[in-house]
Amino acid sequence: MNLFVEILAGGVTGGSSILYAALGETISERAGVVNLGTEGSMLGGACAGYAIAAQTGNPWMGAIAGAVAGCLLASVLAYFVLERGSNQLATGLVVLFLALGLTSLFGVAFVSRTITPMAVWDVPLLSEIPAIGPILFQQDPLTYLAYALVPAVWWLLFRSRWGLLIRGAGERTEVLATYGHRVVPTQALAVLIGGALAGIGGAQLSTAYANAWFENMVQGRGFIAVAVVIFANRKPFPVAAGALLFGTALALSPALQSRGYSINQFALHAIPYVATILALVVLARRQADDTPEGLRKVFELSPVH
Amino acid sequence: MRTRRFMAAAIGAALLLSTAACSSNDGGQAASVEGKTAEAPGKASPAVGFIMVGPKDDFGYNQAVYDGAMAVQKAYPEMEVLTAENVPETDEAARVMEGMIKKGAKIIFATSYGHLDAAKTVAAAHPDVVVVHQGGTVDGKMPPNLGTYFGTVYEPVYLAGILAGKATKSNKLGYVYAFPIPQTIANINAFQLGAASVNPKAQTYVVNTSNWCDPAAQAQAAQSLLGQGVDVLTQHQDCTATITKAAEAAGAYVVGYHADASKLAPKGWLGGSEWAWSDLYTDLVKTALAGKFTGSAYNANYRVGFKDGKNPFVVSEFGPSVTDETKAQVATAKQDISTTGSPFKGPITANDGTTVLFAAGEVPAYADVEAKNTMFVEGVVGEIPKK
Repeated sequence: MNLFVEILAGGVTGGSSILYAALGETISERAGVVNLGTEGSMLGGACAGYAIAAQTGNPWMGAIAGAVAGCLLASVLAYFVLERGSNQLATGLVVLFLALGLTSLFGVAFVSRTITPMAVWDVPLLSEIPAIGPILFQQDPLTYLAYALVPAVWWLLFRSRWGLLIRGAGERTEVLATYGHRVVPTQALAVLIGGALAGIGGAQLSTAYANAWFENMVQGRGFIAVAVVIFANRKPFPVAAGALLFGTALALSPALQSRGYSINQFALHAIPYVATILALVVLARRQADDTPEGLRKVFELSPVH
Repeated sequence: MRTRRFMAAAIGAALLLSTAACSSNDGGQAASVEGKTAEAPGKASPAVGFIMVGPKDDFGYNQAVYDGAMAVQKAYPEMEVLTAENVPETDEAARVMEGMIKKGAKIIFATSYGHLDAAKTVAAAHPDVVVVHQGGTVDGKMPPNLGTYFGTVYEPVYLAGILAGKATKSNKLGYVYAFPIPQTIANINAFQLGAASVNPKAQTYVVNTSNWCDPAAQAQAAQSLLGQGVDVLTQHQDCTATITKAAEAAGAYVVGYHADASKLAPKGWLGGSEWAWSDLYTDLVKTALAGKFTGSAYNANYRVGFKDGKNPFVVSEFGPSVTDETKAQVATAKQDISTTGSPFKGPITANDGTTVLFAAGEVPAYADVEAKNTMFVEGVVGEIPKK
């Protein structure tokens, strides 16, 4: 497989989990809640996904379990932030640590179990196309679902009634209240959906991509997802591009090394994170203007010029 | 106002309690240092502790430690065997060891490469406790209660390389590793040398993941290597399941490391190397219990290999596809290494084509092997990442 195709194909598979989490976080942030616990939801999803897939022998049950686990962890955040008014960023981190602890504890029993992983399914005809075929159409089912999810989330947020309520909650909650819609349930639903999607992303990581569970295996992908959402201005299509960018950055290192190019390993492994910083720097101004008003209050601690 | 005062009082009480707890720690330590300096470290210890960097069923490094710990339990049923999993390679390790010492353990095994600093600190603070570290090297004077131990891992890896060299059809072997530490470089070189000894066209492609166990990175590395036409995979990682399963799924062969993962790859498993710590652990505990640790062979950088007949790293069971002819070749090679030979018997050149790592006819001693493996040997595709 040529280098370019391999990197992009690996980028799609690896970026798939980031994409799920990022789409979920898009919905959540549009509603005005930043969920730094996305990494925790992904971890919970990865652990639950693998565990249930091992118990039932069906990776789809694992994906559902992953969604449930991610949703439950997000509900902790939703309760403390929306019901009790605690700081969003701090609560998100607390949820992350909670997830780390819980998954380490309950996941130990599943490290040595094997599962039937989500098998790669080549789309007939489309996967034969040179270059594009292996990149886009030789993936696992959850990745294909993610392709459909991107326009679905776009339509949901920008063309549906419920999406209007979500965006309204993110801009000015008073507007929603004036029209008689309850704000907290709207925001809570957005957060829960965000958590569920992140959970599915985690499940994709453990049941389709790595075919293993190990403590802390998400390795920061949840945070990358949050960063992607921020610098893509919370729009589903740019978010998808960002997730692909990161997946590609993560796939770069093994692709180059296995061909004998020796680049400092630590530099290679830092590329995804350096790319985040660069993207944030380059896109900062436009991003600042596009942030929903309600969300700006969350970041009030750091002045945005 | 009342809540604020209450909170202030609560915080003040918490601070007081924590300072009290800290100072009682110091007091306890001082007493043990004073009273026990004359006592031989580890003597008649009621408990023994093992700290591991990962989970005990990772099909790898830590599972082997756990199996060794259980062997100690079997040999000394009246002793309490304490194990701790997922102990990170930070100060946390020292805290966990201290906790075990409080529970009565006077013999502690710190089993991960990165636990060395914590092990040294704990050994210095508790002269009556034997602290042994797996895999490290202590330079200079060795304290009377500290020791490091390891086996010559590269010897069975060399033999496993023979299996890979015979099995490969594409002549491309893949090696996934974490960090270019001396042990790993020696392993990769030994693997390539073993393969080349039976198949001069064999080449080893190396990919690092900068992590002892990151399943996603391992999966990507495996896919990348398999996509290059590699048909035998092996690894130097703590958890071996992901790469083993990936090789089996792709119909490639896999050579194991750390533990026997053959049930994950019933068709592709060729063989491998695995730890068999039971004898070493049990003998070390026996020496310490008798109060004979200080000055013993273990109170040093203890390394044994096939030549001593006590290598704790042994060749795994062969897989179904290994022919009798190959098994015989492995046996001959093992015999040679156990007597006068070595996987690194010169002349060996580095893969830059010019640097000579081992001169013609040179058979390096165990103590020199890691220091002399500074570059990858000929046949390894890739370079050691520059600092």
